Order: sequence, then structure tokens, then C-alpha cells
Amino acid sequence: MSQRNPAISKGVDWVLIWLYLALVAIGLLSIFSVTYREGENVIQSFIGFKTDYSKQFYFFIGSIILGLFILLTDSKFFTATANIWYAVGIFMLLLVFPFHTEVKGTESIIRLGGFNLQPAEMCKIFVNLALAKYLSRVETDFTAPRSHLIASAIILAPAAITIAQKETGLALVFFAFFLVMFREGFPAGYLIIGFSVGVLVVATLLVDKFILALVLSAIAVTMIYLMRKQIKRRRRLLLSVAVVWGLSIITIVFVVPFLFTKVLQKHQVERIFSLIGKENPYARLNTVEGEEPVATTKKDVDYNVRQSKIAIGSGGFSGKGLLKGTQTRFDFVPEQRTDFIFCTIGEGFGFLGSSLVLGIYLFLLLRIVNIAERQRSVFSRCYAYGVASVFFFHIAINVCMTIGLAPVIGIPLPFISYGGTSLLTFSTMLFILIRLDADRQMVLR
Amino acid sequence: MALFNQSRSNIIRLIFLGIFFIILVQLLNLQVISGKYEQLAMDNAVFPKVRYPDRGIIFDRKNRAILNNTIMYDLVVTPNESKHTDTFSLCDILGIDTTEYRKRMLEARFKNGPYRPSIFEDLLTPELHARLDENIWKFPGFALVERPVRVYPFNAAAHILGYIGEADSSIIKRSRGFYRMGDYVGRSGLESYYESVLMGQRGVQYMIKDNRNRLVGSYENGRRDTAAIAGRNLRTYIDMDLQQLAEKLINNKVGAIVALDPKTGGILAMASGPNYDPNSLTGPNKQKNYGQLTLDVAGPLLNRAIQGNYEPGSTFKPLGALVALDEGVITPSYGYPCGGRYFGCGHGKPACTHSNPGHAANLTLAIANSCNSYFVQVYRNAVDNPEFRGVKKGYEKWREYLNAFGLGQRTGVDLTSEAPGLIPDTSRYNTIYRGSWNSCTNLTLGIGQDMMNATPLQLANAMCIVANKGFYYTPHFVQQIDGQSASDTLLNKFKQKHEVLTRISDDAYEAVHRGMQQVIDGTSSRAKIPGINVCGKTGTAEKFRIIQGKRIKLDDNSVFVCFAPRENPQIALAVIVENSGFGNTWAAPIAGLMMERYLKDSLPAERLKEVDRIAGSSLLPSYIPYLQYIEDSARAQNWLNRYKDSSAIRKFNRERTRPPFPRSKEGKTRHAFVVPDPKLFMNKNILA
Repeated sequence: MSQRNPAISKGVDWVLIWLYLALVAIGLLSIFSVTYREGENVIQSFIGFKTDYSKQFYFFIGSIILGLFILLTDSKFFTATANIWYAVGIFMLLLVFPFHTEVKGTESIIRLGGFNLQPAEMCKIFVNLALAKYLSRVETDFTAPRSHLIASAIILAPAAITIAQKETGLALVFFAFFLVMFREGFPAGYLIIGFSVGVLVVATLLVDKFILALVLSAIAVTMIYLMRKQIKRRRRLLLSVAVVWGLSIITIVFVVPFLFTKVLQKHQVERIFSLIGKENPYARLNTVEGEEPVATTKKDVDYNVRQSKIAIGSGGFSGKGLLKGTQTRFDFVPEQRTDFIFCTIGEGFGFLGSSLVLGIYLFLLLRIVNIAERQRSVFSRCYAYGVASVFFFHIAINVCMTIGLAPVIGIPLPFISYGGTSLLTFSTMLFILIRLDADRQMVLR
Repeated sequence: MALFNQSRSNIIRLIFLGIFFIILVQLLNLQVISGKYEQLAMDNAVFPKVRYPDRGIIFDRKNRAILNNTIMYDLVVTPNESKHTDTFSLCDILGIDTTEYRKRMLEARFKNGPYRPSIFEDLLTPELHARLDENIWKFPGFALVERPVRVYPFNAAAHILGYIGEADSSIIKRSRGFYRMGDYVGRSGLESYYESVLMGQRGVQYMIKDNRNRLVGSYENGRRDTAAIAGRNLRTYIDMDLQQLAEKLINNKVGAIVALDPKTGGILAMASGPNYDPNSLTGPNKQKNYGQLTLDVAGPLLNRAIQGNYEPGSTFKPLGALVALDEGVITPSYGYPCGGRYFGCGHGKPACTHSNPGHAANLTLAIANSCNSYFVQVYRNAVDNPEFRGVKKGYEKWREYLNAFGLGQRTGVDLTSEAPGLIPDTSRYNTIYRGSWNSCTNLTLGIGQDMMNATPLQLANAMCIVANKGFYYTPHFVQQIDGQSASDTLLNKFKQKHEVLTRISDDAYEAVHRGMQQVIDGTSSRAKIPGINVCGKTGTAEKFRIIQGKRIKLDDNSVFVCFAPRENPQIALAVIVENSGFGNTWAAPIAGLMMERYLKDSLPAERLKEVDRIAGSSLLPSYIPYLQYIEDSARAQNWLNRYKDSSAIRKFNRERTRPPFPRSKEGKTRHAFVVPDPKLFMNKNILA
């Protein structure tokens, strides 16, 4: 290939390509081991487009072709059209509202012919481009709060629309882009505040409201006592401590119950509570009248995670071998070819296989970070960090949910989970990165 | 600016590494450290399918199978595959309506889910099986599945052989998980006592199941499977011809017959009346039949031979003599001047049937004439033996003798739920008489009365001691277990000889035997067998029963014990027929027929007439239909109160709708449910 078309291959990072191929191959093998039934003619079904692994294979071919096209484009194309793509993405997201088809409780899918199009999935690319474009503008001064606001708005606008489409999992992915902003100088203070709010919410779920309020009040009083000398000099410090204390109390008493009864879906609340192993105290509040309380279906809520942990745990150190996993072969884990594909690897290839796959992922992520750091253009660097952040978010959340460390959020494992849209999206992101990296000597600004 | 934030790239790298490290630790925890998930996965996906072994077969002494296995069929259905079934014709064959069909379908779904087969109708009759087998192609989703079932080829020995039933939760709990839900386990008789031998060893076939619990194939190609090992067979002493004769003779009577081989303690026959058809508790309708049997107040499920408590009466006299002889308080020439009453204690009780002088001049005569005064005196001599200094010590010694004879405690026969009988101990008398009693207080013990109670098996066993001149083997049915090894300790206790009397001379035994032979030659001519010297003893015991809060004296129990031939005893018998009068009227002729059948191996024609006469006589006490009527009306009333449905009374009077399984005589059961005849209650005498 490199001989016939030296123009394309020039500057291409082959390590990324090999990692990409390895992951797709692992994905095909995993999907094969879930859906293959004894007596099938493997070659025939691979060609036939009937089985899932065959479909995934054709999606892979499609991704490669798309990737070649991307490699053939000029890298300036992406900087030039980033904002247009973003506008198209938002438009498509809005288009979902009148034209969606309901599939498995989500309202984020448009059915076009035989294909399910999920704009929220593709929006990741567009947001990434637009964010990179904004951060790389000459006139952007990323120390000013105004630019922080604009950058956050670029990220959060599609996230808000996606939440409205009951696709909270995909919406959360957009938050990964804060890592990009962090790299570009987004004040760590914001992230610390965000993190603290997260801790506060979790604490609210775990600890009784009144005890938590007492503890916070005690902390506030101690702070005031310790800082009494500074406070004498600056009265505003007292005010700020009081405001923080007040906001925390409001969060505990009003915001969290509001979040858990009005914003989040019932099943999401259940998943969160099942992860921390507590009864849902809001079960009665977010039950529609006449419906059974959700708490009674607790067993179903953690069925997925329990089965997934059993599948992975039973793999042992070296695994049961290809096609030998009883849990994954006989459909004990629901959704295992898509969101729970990691079970197949865990059961079939054990700790060794899982570690190997995770190692490949980690290598890929670190490789992307290295590539990002070697860029001379800010656009390319931001874009590369965006890719790394999105991949990282997907991998971490997906694997953590299969091993019971995170609540069940339906997002796929990059390159391995079954699904045409996600494979195409991730491939596109990666190939754009490769294209940009190939032109790293050019200063795009 | 790029350089300005370069250090942050390292923070990002650290975040990546940190999260991956956490994931790796959790993976290590799940897959390597915590071992429980492998077992959980096995529970999820591997189904240990139990392969049931055939239960052992039980043979009689002539090596005929008296309890065997056969195959019956269950109709099973997999609900989600039965959509195109010809419902109408299936209902037609089974004789049910479509409502019932839908109900059973729902039950099947509820029990095992829509993807696994559940039983639709169990234990099909042969005709039903044939019709279904022919038409099964019309019913997709339905299948006929083999099921091993116990069968009793002789339709006899129900109480001895017992029956099997599904293990209930208490059995499962006691077995510490050895038995599982749906296992069959011996619930009574030999089936229960020899459960560990008959049961065999279960095999396990490991099957893979999918998320809907459907079995999809064998696990690891059956490498871990184990084969089922069939249960071992039992060889018994039972003579099935004798057993059938005994059951025929006790038919329509309340009582029991026990025949032992004195030389070995082997039980030749054991019948209890009323009895039931053992096959009625194996096939279809077994639940219904069992229900009817339990509702019958005559108690057909009760094995009176080991559970009935009877006063031995005069049949105890030879035993009382043996105790006194062994203690040395009398000799065979000991006599007592009886003039028709016993005046030793001043009150002239008990009376004696004979009053002519000299009828108790020695032991032989006393036994032959069954002199009450004589044996009361013998009892008093024994307990007042100066050697023991005091009646209480003396009585305790006397009781020890009887316990050694197997009276007043369980004999240890190889059946479950044996009753111990009763020989009261001194503390009992101390309680009743506040410590002050003497040999006059309970003098009727000497003639087998007072508080003494014994089971027919104990009486027959005591007869073995008399016949054997001082020893016995614990009565038992099983002679041998097939494939017996040293680890089988079940039969060891039956091989042990119990030498209970050691100080009695042969002459003394001869005196006792002679007396017992004179009983047969004298009063009890009905047990006489031409050409064979029979030794026997009749007894007649008073019987009371509390009916409707009143203590009512019923007709006497007819008791008879014997052994034959005198010179070389081969059979010892105890026969009790409740409420039938003197020992000689019913019990003795039954014993005579039994002995003749066993010793001569057949019965002449004129004796067969006698068999028919006895078999045809119904001696069911008249209080039974009366009690039955009261019980049934009370139950019907209860039913009416609860369900507001007066037609419920018919539930208790209904006869069986289907013929009993499988080869019962002439298709009718021998023990139909007792339907009270209103005329019976016109007669006020039964309460008088």
C-alpha cells in the first residue's frame, strides 16, 4: 500500500493503525464467540451479512474505506469546516425530536432505510472539531472566564439536547471534553469545585441528610475558628464560607432530591442505588401513580451486573478458552454483544486476556497523548486530546460497569462492541487524528 | 501557551494510569482472588441432571419377586411448543374439558416456565398410554416420558412391603441435603427400613442449560458424569402363599396374624386386618386412594401385627410358668388346689373356669385346663421370691425376664414404627398406688391381664422361646441382601441368638409342651392338624373402648398362640381377631389352617371350604360403621360450613371412578370405602 500510494502513507502513524486493527480483530472475535452457533459454516456466514459478526465485519470494511477517504483529504479541510460540522450536528440532533423512532427506551435514533442513525453518537466528532477550532483561534484568550463559558457551552449544548432525548449515557460522554479544556489551561479550581459537588452528591446518597448537614456545619464553624485572624482583616472571607456552606445545604436538601426525582430516569436512579447497594429512597417519589414501586424490581436492576461479574469472575486467571464460556455462550448476560462485550473477553480469556486488552487500550491512549504533545498546531493537539478523552471515558465507564465499579450506563467499548454507528464514529475520529498527525509539520494554528 | 500547560499532560497520563490500575485491581479481585464466581457460573449454566437407579427387588423364600419395578408413562408438555396442538381431541382422550386443559397449562407454565417440560398428567393407565401413543403426532409440545414405578405382583403384603412417596421437606432436612425435591423415598414397611439398600446410588449427568433454563447439551462431553447404580435386592423369609392365605383369612376382620420360623426368627407371614391393595398406592389415583384409606376409621393403614396393643390373656400363662421355672420357685410337679376361685388374696378373685379338684395338680394339667388360680399363684411365687427380699425387687426381676422375652419393649423387627407393648415398671405402680402395693395388687398379671399389653408379633416371638426351649432370634423378614459385604451391618443383629432362659431342664419344657399339646387335643380341637403334634394356647381378652365419651365393653378379643410340630418346631403363630369371642372360635381355626398350609404345603379340599367360610365371614365390629358415619357427617358439616355447598357429602361417599392400577382382581378393590348403612343405627344395642 505504501508503495503504490506514497502520498497517503506519508507521515501516517502506523502504530495507531496496528492498534486499531488489533482492537477491531479482538472485537470481531468476541462478537463471533457470542453469536456463533455450532454447525454454522463460518465462511458462509461471514460473507452472508446475516450474523452479527458478519455485519460488524462489513462495518469494519466500510470504516476502512471511510478512513482511506479521510486520509486522502487535506487536513486543512477539518479546520476550515469544523464549525459547519458542528452546526450540522446540532441540526441533526434537533431533527431527532420530530423524526425519531423509539428503540429500547431511547428517543435518539432516526431510522433511515435499514439503518439506525444516532446523531448523538456522531456529534462527538463535531464537538471535538468545534472545540479544537475554538481553542485554537488566535483571538481566544483561554485565561478569560468568558472563553471558559463559551467552550463549556460548545460542549454542553449537545449534551443538554441528548439528555432531552433520554440518552444520558451518551450525554455524559461530552463531559469528557473538559479534559481537553483542562489541558489547555482551564483553571483546575473549576474541576475541583465540580469534583467536590460530585463528592457531595454521593455523600448525600450514602449518609443521612441531617448528619451530613451537621458535619458540614461543624466544618464551617471550624474553618471560621481557624481563620478568625484573616477574617478580622477581610470580612469577605466569612461571607464566602457562609455562601459555600449555604450552597452545600441547598444541594443536600433540594438539589439532590430534585435531580433524582425529576432529571434522571427511574432506571438510572435504580442503577446508581444498586451500585452503592442501598434501597432507593426516592422510589415512591418518582413512581407514576398506579405503577408498582420500582424498589420491588431491584433484582432485575442488578441482574445485568451480577451476571456480568459472574461471567468475568468465572474466567479465572487464564480463562475458559474461545467458545467455551458457558455464561456468554448461553446469553446469561443481557446486551453482551454491545455494552457488555467485555464479559466475553473476561470469561473466555481470563485475567491474562483482559489485562492484555486493557494494556492495548492504555497503550493506545498514551500513544494518542504523546501524538498530541508532538503537534505544532493547537488545533491538532486539542483534537488529539479530545480523541483520547472520549476513548478514555468510554473505556473506563464501560469496563467499570461490567465489573461493578460504575453504574450501568449504556455506552459501547470502542472498536470492540457490536454496533455500526459506534465503530464508524470511533474509526472516523481516529482516522482524522491520523490525518492531522501526518501533517504535523504544517502549522495550522 | 502550549509550553505553559505542558505539565498538565502528565496529570492526564496519571489519571489514565490511575483508572486503569483500579480496573486491574478489581479484575484481579474478581478473577483470581475471589473464588466464588466459578461456582456461581456453574450454578448458572450447568444443570446436574439426576439419573435415578432402579430400586431393589424384594423376593420371597421361593424366589418369587413380590415387589418389583415397572415402567409407566407421564404425559409431559412444553407450554410454548404446544400452540398447534389439537386441544379438542386431547381433551377427549384424557376425559377433561378445555377449562381444565387451560388450567393445567397455566400450572405447567407456573411450575417450570414456558420453555421446560412439566407433567401434564402423570402415571397413565395402560389403555390411556396406548391411545395417546397412537395420537401423539397430533399434539406437538406433548411427549410421553417413562417413569419407573413400584409394582406388587401378588397384590399382597401391603403392610410389610410398605410404599414409597416423594421426600417431604422434613426428610430432606434430616438427610442433610442427600435427598432432593422430587426424590422418592421409602415411607413405610421394608421400603423404609431398607431404604439405604433398596435405593441404590444416584448418577449425575451434567447438562449445560441456557438463560431460559433449557438443556442444550452435555457438559464437557459427559466427562464428569456418573452412572446410576441399581438398588440391591432383598431375599426374605416370606412365604407368599402363606401370606396370601393369611390375608384372605383376616379379610373383613380386625386383627392380625403373625407366623414365624422359630429356628431363625424369620417371619413367614404377617397380616393385619383390615388391609389394603398395595398397588392402589403406586399408580394413578394414588393420592385419592391414600386419602380414602386415611379417612377410613377402621384404620387399614395400621399394621396391627406390630402396632396393635392387645391383652395377651391366657396365652401368657406358659410364659409365666417359664419365668417361675427359671427362677426355681416352682417345679413341673408343683400343684395348686383350685376350687373355682383364687382365695390367696382373700377376695376370691379371679374366678376360674374349672372347679373340679385336681385340675391344677401339676404344671401340665394347669396349662391344659388354663387354671387362673394356678398362674396367679405362680406369678405371686415369682415376685415374692424370698431371694430378692421384697416384692418390688422381685417384680423388677420378673419384668426383666419378660423384657428379655421381647415383651414390653420393641422386638427390633425390620419394620419401622413398631409399638413397644407394655409391661409396667415399678415406678408406674408406685405412682398409681402411692408406693404401697404387693403381689396381690396386680395379681392378674399372672394371667396376662392388668396393664399388660403386647403386639401380635411379640406374642409369636414369645411362642418361639417356648418352642426353642429358651432362646430366640429377633424376628425379621430379610434373610439376605444381594451382594452382601462386611460393610452391611443391617442384618447383623438378626444373626444374634438371644438365650433368655438357661436354668430350665428339658423335662420342665416337656411338661409345658405337653400341657400346650393337651390344649389342642382338649378344648381347642379347631386348631388340630391330623398327623402333627400342635402345641397351642387360647386366650380371651376383655375389650373396652371409649365411644362418644362412654366406656363401652365390646365383645372379647379372640387370641391364639401356637407352634408345631412339637418335636421339631417349624412354625410359631399368634392370631388375634378383635371382638370375635373365645380364642377357640376364630383365632384357633385360622392358626390351624395356617399351620397346615405351611407344614403340608397344601390344603385338602374340605379344608379349603373352611378357608372360604372364614374368609367370607365379616367380623367387623359394629361400632366401626357407626364411628365412620359420625366422622363423615362431621366432616361434611365442616365442609358445608366452609364452602356453603351441600353436595360436598357426595365427596365422601363416591366410589372410585377409574379402575385401580394395574392388575387387581376383577377390577374391584377389596376394601371399598365404608358407607354407613342407616339401618345399623336403628339398633340401639351397639351402645348398650
